[in-house]
Amino acid sequence: MRIPATTRRVSYPLAALLCASTILCPGQTNPLSRDPKAAKAGEYEFRINCALCHGLGARGGGRGPDLTRAQKKHTHNDAEMFQVISNGIPGTVMPANGTNGQGVGMTDEEIWQIITYIRSQEVKVPAQPVGDAARGKNLFYGDANCSLCHMVEGKGGRVGPDLTGVGGSRTREAIIDSVRNPSRRLAWGLSEATKEFPQEYETVTVVTADGKEIKGVTLNEDNFSLQIMDASENLYLLEKDKMRSFQKTRESFMPRYDTGLLSDKDLDDIVAFLSSARAK
Amino acid sequence: MTTEHRSRNALGKPSRLRATLQHALHSLTFALTGFLLTQALSAQVTFDQLVNSAKTPQNWLTYSGDYAGRRFSALDQVNAGNVRSLAAKWVYQTGATGKLETTPLVVDGILYATAQDDRAFALDARTGRPIWMFQHPLPADIRPCCGHVNRGLAILGDKVFFGTLDAHVIALDSKTGNVIWDIVAAEYQKGYSFTVAPLAVKDLIILGVSGGEYGVRGFIDADANSGARKWRFYTVPGPGETGNDTWEGDSWKVGGAPAWNTGTYDPVTNQIFWPTGNPAPSNRGAARAGDNLYSNSLLALNADSGKLNWYFQFTRHDEHDWDATQIPVMIDSGSKHLIAQANRNGFFYVLDRADGKLISANPYGKQTWSDSKDAAGRPVASKDASPTLAGHTVCPGALGTTNFMAPAYDPQTSLFYVTARDQCDIFSTAPQPYQAGHAFYGSAYFPSEEAEPYRGFLKAIDPTTGQIRWSFEHTSPTWSGVLSTAGGLVFTGDAEGNFVALDAASGKPLWHFQMGGAVYSAPIAFAVDGKEFLAIAAGSAIYAFGLP
Repeated sequence: MRIPATTRRVSYPLAALLCASTILCPGQTNPLSRDPKAAKAGEYEFRINCALCHGLGARGGGRGPDLTRAQKKHTHNDAEMFQVISNGIPGTVMPANGTNGQGVGMTDEEIWQIITYIRSQEVKVPAQPVGDAARGKNLFYGDANCSLCHMVEGKGGRVGPDLTGVGGSRTREAIIDSVRNPSRRLAWGLSEATKEFPQEYETVTVVTADGKEIKGVTLNEDNFSLQIMDASENLYLLEKDKMRSFQKTRESFMPRYDTGLLSDKDLDDIVAFLSSARAK
Repeated sequence: MTTEHRSRNALGKPSRLRATLQHALHSLTFALTGFLLTQALSAQVTFDQLVNSAKTPQNWLTYSGDYAGRRFSALDQVNAGNVRSLAAKWVYQTGATGKLETTPLVVDGILYATAQDDRAFALDARTGRPIWMFQHPLPADIRPCCGHVNRGLAILGDKVFFGTLDAHVIALDSKTGNVIWDIVAAEYQKGYSFTVAPLAVKDLIILGVSGGEYGVRGFIDADANSGARKWRFYTVPGPGETGNDTWEGDSWKVGGAPAWNTGTYDPVTNQIFWPTGNPAPSNRGAARAGDNLYSNSLLALNADSGKLNWYFQFTRHDEHDWDATQIPVMIDSGSKHLIAQANRNGFFYVLDRADGKLISANPYGKQTWSDSKDAAGRPVASKDASPTLAGHTVCPGALGTTNFMAPAYDPQTSLFYVTARDQCDIFSTAPQPYQAGHAFYGSAYFPSEEAEPYRGFLKAIDPTTGQIRWSFEHTSPTWSGVLSTAGGLVFTGDAEGNFVALDAASGKPLWHFQMGGAVYSAPIAFAVDGKEFLAIAAGSAIYAFGLP
C-alpha cells in the first residue's frame, strides 16, 4: 500500500495546525498498525536506518535508547513517533529522516513500517526495576561522589555529562558498562553527520607556554585550537601552536568504578535513581 | 597537455627559465582577462578550451579542473612564501542545508555552482554577488540514498548542465539561468537520481546515474549539447551481452553498479574513463553469485560511441559497499600513460590506460579484507571477509578508505594527494526481497565497539611506488577533497570547518581559516583581474580567499 504523495506533505503540518487539542483530534493513525508483513518490511528498514544507534532488534546500542521498552521518552503514540523519525529530536543525536548520512531517506510508508516493527518488538510487561532509587539518589549525591562531576535535573557538577534522562536514552547495561569501564566506549565516537560536539570525556593534559599544567576534558577541538574544562570546572580556550605540550589519552577522565569502589548493589540503586529521573 | 606533462617529467622539475616563462604567460593571460572583464564577457566555452584547460589557469572549466582529473592549478601567485597572509574575500550563502558537495566552475570571472537542493547559480567571482539563480522543483518522494547531494555542473558553449535528484538532465543558459532543455533520463520512483557533476566532451554531456542502494540498473549517458541522447552504456550487461553471465539468475536486473562520480577523458585516444559503484544489494552477495560485472570497475569507453574498450574490476562480487567511484586520475610518467585510483577498498591502483592492465596495487590505509593477490597482482578477498548474520568486523568500513572526495595529482611534486579514513565496521547481512523504489541493502553495518577511534588523514602517495610520502592527520575524518597548486601548496578542508593550506612537498600546515561548517566539497583555484582566488564550499556557503 502506497500513500499518495499529495496527501503526505500536506497532512502533517495541516493536522498540527488544526489539532491544537489532542482530545478533539485523534491524531495521525498508523495505516499499517499490527500488519505482520509491514513489520517484516520495517525490520529491513530498521536495520538500514536505525540499527546503527538503536542496535539490532531495537534493543538499544551505545548511543540510542532501547526501543523495545513500551514507554518511550519522546513519543507516546504512533503519530508522535512518526514525527520524531521524520524530523529528528533537536538537541540530541537523533537525526531527521534521510540526514544521518548512513541510510536512505524513507518514504512515509516505510516510516509506518518501522513503527509497526518497533511495536512488534516491544516488551509489554517492563522488567521489574532492580535497585532502590531513593538510596541510589543518596549515593549519587553523597558517598559515590557521582555528583562531583555529573548533574541530574540541574543539580551537580559540570565536568561530566548531564545524566538527566539518561535512564531513558541508554540501556541499563550501557549505563553499568560506562560506570565499570568508562574508557571502553570512548572509541564509539559519533558519525560526522550527527556530530556537533565530539565530547568523549577523554583526559587531556596541556602544558601552556608559561609552564602551567592543565588536566581536564575536551569540550571541543580542531587541528588548531582546543577548548577544555579542568576538574575545578575552569574553562580554558587554547591555541595548539602556543602550547608547550599537549597530550590526549584514550582514558576517560572518569575514574573506573570497580566493585571495590562501588558494589553491584550500590550501582543497581544508582541506576534505579537515574532511571527514575528520566526527563518528564 | 599530455606532451607538456611528459617533457616535464623527463626533465624532472620544471626549469627556472620555464617557470619564469610560464609566469610571464600567466601574467599576460591575467591582463587579458582583466581587459575582457571591463569590456564584455563572451561566456562561451569550446571543446578546444576544455582540452587545453592548462592554458587558461584563471578558469576552472571542469569538475576536476582538467580532463586528466588532476585538480591541479597552474596558478602560483598564492604560494608557500605568502600563504600566511591569505584572507577571506567573500562568502556566498546558498540557503541550502545539508551537505554542500559542489565544485564550482569559473569562466572569465563568473563562478557557476550548484547546491544539494538542485539549485544552480552564477556569481560575480570577484565579489560573490549573484547574477542568476535557478532551482529545479523536486517532487516530495525522490529517493536519494545518502541525503540530498549535488556535486556540480559542466559547461559547454553558452550552456551549463547538471543532473537532478529526480533524474532529470537540465541545460541552462549560462548568462541568465534560463532553461534551454530539461530531459528525464530515468524513473526517479525506482531509485534513479543524479548527484554527479557531468563532464562535457566534444559535443556531449556525459553523466552517470546514482541509485546503487535501490537496485537500479546503472548506466552512463551521453546527451548531445542539443538534449538528444547520443548513447547509453549500461554498467550491468543484459542477456546475450558479455558479462551478463557474471550474475546469478535475474540478479542483473537489479544489479546496481551506479556511476555517480565524474570520470576523466583522454583526448589522445578519445577514451572516457568512468568509474562504477557497488553491486546491489550492497552487503549481501547471496543470490548474485559471480563477479557482478561491471560493478566496482573502471570503464574505458569510446567517447563517440560509448563502446567499451576495456574494463578493470577493483572489487569482485563486492559485499561491503565499496563503490569504485573515486576519480580516475591520468598520470604520465616518462613514456608510460597511466591511470591511478585511490580506491574505497583501501588499495591504490595504477593501471596502464592503453589496455587497463594492472601495474600496481598497494594499500594506503588500514585494510583487513585482502591477504593475497592473484596472478595479475590484484588484491583478492580473504575467505572470511564476507558479512555474516551476526556481524563481522572488516576494514575499511562501509564508508571506505576514501569515498567521493576528489583527489589531486601535482605534476611538480609528482605526488597523488587523497583524503583517507581508517575505520572498521561490523558488517551484517540478512536476506531482503527487492521492491522497486525501496532501499535494497540486504544488510546493516555498525561501528565496531572494540575498534580504534576513527582516524582521518590527508595522504601524499608516490604513484610510482605506492609509498606514502607524507601523511597529515585531521582531528577527525573529513569528507573534503584536495587541490594542489603550482604555488607549492595543497589545500583541503576538515570536518571541524577549517580550510587548510599545506606545503605540497612536506605536508606541513602553513595556514588555516575557520569557516564555521564542515566541508564536503573540494577546493578550486581561479583568477580574476590578475588576482588568484581559492574557493571552497563549507556549511551552507561558498567561500573565496585571496591575498590582501
